[in-house]
Amino acid sequence: MSEIIHLRDGLLADIAAAQTADAIEALRVGALGKSGVVTGLLKTLGAMTPDERQRKGPEIHDLRESVTHAIAARKAALEGAALEARLAAERVDMTLPAEPVLQGSIHPVSQVMDELAEIFADLGFAVATGPEIEDDWHNFSALNIPETHPARAMHDTFYFPDKDSEGRDMLLRTHTSPVQIRTMTATPAPVRIIAPGRVYRSDSDATHTPMFHQIEGLVIDRAIHMGHLKWTLETFLKAFFERDDIVLRLRPSYFPFTEPSAEVDVGFTWEKGKRVIGGSEGWMEVLGSGMVHPKVIAACGLDPDEWQGFAFGCGIDRLAMLKYGMEDLRAFFDGDLRWLKHYGFSALDVPTLSGGVGA
Amino acid sequence: MKFTLSWLKEHLDTTASLDEILIALTDIGLEVEGVENPAEKLKGFKVAKVMTAAPHPQADKLQVLTVDQGDGNPLQVVCGAPNARAGLIGVFGVEGATVPANGMVLRKAAIRGVESNGMMCSTRELELGDDHEGIIELPADAPVGTAFADYAHLDDPVIDVSVTPNRQDCMGVRGIARDLSAKGIGTLNPLAAVYRMASLNPIAGDGPAPDVRTDDPDGCPAFYAQGVSGLNNMASPKWLSNKLKAIGQKPISSLVDITNFVSVDLGRPLHVYDKAKLKGGLVARKAKDGEQVLALNGKTYTLDATMTVIADDEAVHDIGGIMGGEHSGVSESTTDVVIECAYFTPESIARTGQKLALTSDARQRFERGVDPAFLEDGLAIATKLVLDHCGGKASTIARAGTPPTAPNIVVGYRPEMVDGLAGMSVPAERQQAILAALGFAVETGETWTVTAPTWRRDIHGTADIVEEVVRIEGLDKLPSTPLPRAEGVARPTATPLQMIERRARRAAAARGLNEAINWSFISEAEAAPFGGGDWILANPISEDMKVMRPTLLAGLLSAARRNTDRGASSIRLFEIGRRYFRAENGSSDEHPTLGLVMAGEKRARSWQTGKAQGFDAYDVKAEVLAILSAAGAPVANLQMMGEAGEAYHPGQSGTLRLGPKTIVARYGALHPRIAKAFDLSGTIVVAEIMLDAIPAKKKAGFMRPLYSPPALQAVTRDFAFLVPETVEADALVRAVRGADKASIVEARLFDLFAGQGVPEGQKSLAVEITLQPGEKSFTDEELKVVADKVVAAATKLGGVLRG
Repeated sequence: MSEIIHLRDGLLADIAAAQTADAIEALRVGALGKSGVVTGLLKTLGAMTPDERQRKGPEIHDLRESVTHAIAARKAALEGAALEARLAAERVDMTLPAEPVLQGSIHPVSQVMDELAEIFADLGFAVATGPEIEDDWHNFSALNIPETHPARAMHDTFYFPDKDSEGRDMLLRTHTSPVQIRTMTATPAPVRIIAPGRVYRSDSDATHTPMFHQIEGLVIDRAIHMGHLKWTLETFLKAFFERDDIVLRLRPSYFPFTEPSAEVDVGFTWEKGKRVIGGSEGWMEVLGSGMVHPKVIAACGLDPDEWQGFAFGCGIDRLAMLKYGMEDLRAFFDGDLRWLKHYGFSALDVPTLSGGVGA
Repeated sequence: MKFTLSWLKEHLDTTASLDEILIALTDIGLEVEGVENPAEKLKGFKVAKVMTAAPHPQADKLQVLTVDQGDGNPLQVVCGAPNARAGLIGVFGVEGATVPANGMVLRKAAIRGVESNGMMCSTRELELGDDHEGIIELPADAPVGTAFADYAHLDDPVIDVSVTPNRQDCMGVRGIARDLSAKGIGTLNPLAAVYRMASLNPIAGDGPAPDVRTDDPDGCPAFYAQGVSGLNNMASPKWLSNKLKAIGQKPISSLVDITNFVSVDLGRPLHVYDKAKLKGGLVARKAKDGEQVLALNGKTYTLDATMTVIADDEAVHDIGGIMGGEHSGVSESTTDVVIECAYFTPESIARTGQKLALTSDARQRFERGVDPAFLEDGLAIATKLVLDHCGGKASTIARAGTPPTAPNIVVGYRPEMVDGLAGMSVPAERQQAILAALGFAVETGETWTVTAPTWRRDIHGTADIVEEVVRIEGLDKLPSTPLPRAEGVARPTATPLQMIERRARRAAAARGLNEAINWSFISEAEAAPFGGGDWILANPISEDMKVMRPTLLAGLLSAARRNTDRGASSIRLFEIGRRYFRAENGSSDEHPTLGLVMAGEKRARSWQTGKAQGFDAYDVKAEVLAILSAAGAPVANLQMMGEAGEAYHPGQSGTLRLGPKTIVARYGALHPRIAKAFDLSGTIVVAEIMLDAIPAKKKAGFMRPLYSPPALQAVTRDFAFLVPETVEADALVRAVRGADKASIVEARLFDLFAGQGVPEGQKSLAVEITLQPGEKSFTDEELKVVADKVVAAATKLGGVLRG
């Protein structure tokens, strides 16, 4: 009996002392292999008397159990330690920088154009376009701007030496209003469009650039009046600035292509020395608007006794500046990566009504 | 248009406050651009008398004065003005006052050791003129101690309003007063009373009328004139010169000031000729081509036969309705004059003014169209003022031609039109009252016939009448009315091209490109390497902005250079905009395009990847394909071809086409010659995507084709071929993919090798094909059949399977 206990203690001590997987394997073969000592003891059971077997059997089985268990445990411990050691060796400085993410950006003018398209889509306005190189009929005459109007002068308008096949002077459009004419002559009334795009005036100083962006709005229908115009502008500006305290002031004015005409001021509040849209501590002119002049409607081949509507125009660059706080218009067109990354928008900032049109 | 509050009140009897008037002006469409009370900046400046003047002990050019400022407590003041002397009455700035010209706050100070308490001021220091020779000298009767602003009648706010081009009548103070009276701000005083005349009847004179006629009834349909002889043209009276000074005009002499005053007061320009300098009568005629005149502004203008002038037998004396001539201008020695009150045709004035680039107060008014029915009254007022202030005797009146006085009449007006067009309800009686107050004659009835006053050329139709009513009633009363909207959720409005543009833009930004907006016009030098532009501006703002761009690359390359100059190491820029060409019929042919440029470092040096890496042509190809794919272009169907154009490196560029002619994109490395022209170095890669060449997706509902993932796993096989160097990889891949369309679902090139082991003039291309089994797995025989087809396809291109 003491032999078996002695054997067990010896094996368990060897197992506990084993330092490698190979040593454990050697011990396993030596104890539990085909000609191992424990296997040998098990084989002796068959030759024993029932009495002897009843006495020694459990001891031998016990021995086998404890040795098997000890080997498994020691093996697991050694493997665990080996893994620990490997992991410890694999340690890296995770504060090292990862590959930098490229920061692309959307220009504020494009972003604002998308915002405007989203807002006006909800009001049923489609986005219309027209050429930037226009003829003087679409840019001036059809809009009831007389031959002698100062806006037609060379110091305001960029001209080309060319004429089109109808003998019209070619020029760079000075406003998005010719899109009104192109839309009314090309699509049947009723009409609801906005027309954003590049426009050009021979002007260059701190607050004017020879190219800038405008958005035109046009509604032509049977019973549209100035009250609708006012509501549309209020609704648009509230949605654009995402503020409910937008206050508008309409002032009578003059544009050859609208009658009555109104300039639209929006109220602002002083916050930290900056003008912020909303409230009415002061007024800022943001829009020109009016009821489309009957002559313009007639010039487009519609009957002004049947159709009427409103039009408005507004600077997109200026809207962007008022909403997002840029101060220098010239920087819009400089392509300075530092500016674009600061004032630009992420590709994922897609304006939506549910997520908000501002970013 | 500037005027003072007191000036306005000569025409308008009102108790309204300044603020009420300002608000009303803006409300009726006369936008207030500024209000300034000159008295405010003259606070602390008083009329004062120099009691004694003694030399300064320390300085030759200074004097020590005692100054009485009216409180019986004379102050010691050090003064450097040469005209400072005992007994002089001038303007004294007390301690604490701010000198308008330089913002200096006056303090008690020691000047060269002598205490000084305030300052005696010059005209320039108070911003009242340019004189700085000495201190202001006031008349001996100026009341010492009075605030100088009060004494000089400067406590009168100056109002500046912006008058829209349709409102000639408001280019005169009286028109503004009339509009305000219609708004309910006071009542309009009768014009005769304003001028202290019993009536506006013509001034009956003696003797022959001036010899005037018009030979140009188109440009100058009416030329009225009256002579005054034996007059004395001295400086104008205070009331007159003060008024002109208050609005920033310089008083010159009585005659000149009178014409300027009437022009501002009544919007009625006049001209006065020195009769002694005229040879024969005056005639309004067209100028002769090349005829010259020295105008009152000191400049000589060369005229042409479209321009109307007033001339005598020898020379031109007036660019009709725009500016008088120097030669016949009045002076202090003038004794006999001809006063001209004419009507010039607005369009003619505008054209002449534009051609000569000459603006004047007269042009501004004639161009908008003066009241054609006011010639008689205008002349009476002018002659009356001349007689009052210069003396002399009036001649009888000459009336050559006839002014176009027929008023604009609007028929068929109905008061409901205000509601219909403006969405405001204004009672008919109120409308009638507004129109009457503005000088309109109204015949009511089923429909109204409304006759505009002769001073309103801008009234043509019912919409104009609505505007008048709404303008005076006030747009602040305009209620907001919701725009009717279609039922349900708003429907999508974007066109296919707009969607392509939006997706392309956001895809580019998502890939790390930054969107710029560059000028649509570039310089001829920038356009030249791209073949020049179809459209060249006749009047560019500068040579840098002259040619409408035929490519977006020029602007992007210039932007890249600016960024390089600012030290940017990695540049990824794109722009979406148009390229401009000319269509056959001479109209514009504009193509929405996405341009992109990448320059500098593609990847900065890094602890992981080592040295910084530049861009190569495959990088820009990757961007182009990614953007095209995002925009919905059929990328798999695009043909890769060459001929990107002269802007590109001939061996490192390509085009993507739909069919042989439709180029969807050009891309590649920039030609080094162009890089050099834009002052850029290193490899620059660029691309242009023709957004309008991308076919719109056909929308056939939202349903996708039915699909369930195949049960059996796909099989891949690799093939390596030796092919002649000239065979393009894309050709081989296409051939392999097409070898067995039923089984091969993908073919992908994964290796390119040339050099050791590969014969000269050849290269090794390795392609992985993916085979998708259907119902059951491929047998070895089936796989062999496919492999044979693949090899056969490659053989057609000169490929040999490598062992």
